[in-house]
Amino acid sequence: MKSSQKATFEPISGRYAHLTLSGRPHRLYIEEAGSGIPLVCLHTAGADGRQFRHILNDATITRDYRVIVFDMPWHGKSLPPTGFETEEYQLTTASYTQMVLDVCDALELERPVVMGCSIGGRLVLNLAADHPERFRALIGLESAAHQQPWYDTEWLHRPDVHGGEVCAALVSGMMAPQSPAESRHETLWMYKCGGPGIFKGDLYFYRVDGDLREKIARIDTARCPLYMLTGEYDFSCTPEDTQRTAAQIKGADVTIMKELGHFPMSENPAQFRRYILPVLEKIKAAT
Amino acid sequence: MTAEANTDRVIALFERLPALVEANVDLVKRGRFLSTDFALVVGATPLLVRVEAGRVTSVARGPFLLRPWTFSITATPETWLKLLKPVPDPGTHDLMALSKVGLARIEGNLQTFMANLQVIKDIVTAPRALM
Repeated sequence: MKSSQKATFEPISGRYAHLTLSGRPHRLYIEEAGSGIPLVCLHTAGADGRQFRHILNDATITRDYRVIVFDMPWHGKSLPPTGFETEEYQLTTASYTQMVLDVCDALELERPVVMGCSIGGRLVLNLAADHPERFRALIGLESAAHQQPWYDTEWLHRPDVHGGEVCAALVSGMMAPQSPAESRHETLWMYKCGGPGIFKGDLYFYRVDGDLREKIARIDTARCPLYMLTGEYDFSCTPEDTQRTAAQIKGADVTIMKELGHFPMSENPAQFRRYILPVLEKIKAAT
Repeated sequence: MTAEANTDRVIALFERLPALVEANVDLVKRGRFLSTDFALVVGATPLLVRVEAGRVTSVARGPFLLRPWTFSITATPETWLKLLKPVPDPGTHDLMALSKVGLARIEGNLQTFMANLQVIKDIVTAPRALM
């Protein structure tokens, strides 16, 4: 018997873009929704753009913002470049920065807002320091110029430890206990789905190459406003890490978010909304 | 509470692990590949936890004479009580958070620990159900 069920669709479009990044052709998966001010969202290390699905589906946001989320190469539905099988993936400050600039250019975005979480939160600090004229505003979630490591990344990619399971188990404690189980498990699923060594390769930027402590003093928030929001349960990028970074940046707008951890947009979308809507409202008002 | 009373309280909680884990069908299923002896050290008192195919089959109170274990997790009774709160506070809500700031020490054969990390974290925090 034929089912009478009718599918409902979310107002998100997903497409594959062909563009050159770091001199190599790439097939990049990009989702977007809404119209208005471009808002580019950068996912965390070892995950993918699904983390921002609630932002893409939020009509209050998409009424004023064109929300754009891409899976970084090697992540989600974006493929690694040809020849990847003989390489060790390593994200660097230079390659990550250029990737975001190139994606914004290729999509012909006019002074977008960039909101990045974790490694994305670190990256926006580099954008603020080196390319403030390119952006309307920058939002760092779980963002700091540097933070203390808490495990050896060699555990993330070896044959006697399941990569997906250990990545998820490590980050599971970075979420707030108040976050709904359904959302916490969805967040962990993305870590379980990551390719071998990809989380580790992203953390090369975070741990080794991307220490921005020397650089952040030059950030001028008069040229590009900077918002930093960190969850109180994030023990990887702690509220103190964010506050210490912000103390060196005149005009940085800091919010410590209650009952949230390292993945605010996906671990508890309703709670995160309380904090991000006022920020987006401020950016819109200044435009 | 005195340190001694806290130690006794934490030990009493961990001694309930066999029944607590047994009652959690999902945890037993996820842990079915794990069989090991590990130590939970409460202050200076070690507890030897035996896991067989995901089930906690015994919790023995030390001190022990030359008894081996695969890995150990050491914290003060006060730290264990913070971790075991039903809704723990930021910073003491996860074993790795405690380890990062030196409130817990994780030592020994860490391959077993890391390969079964979520299951081990869930076994150790199972007494939250009693708090």
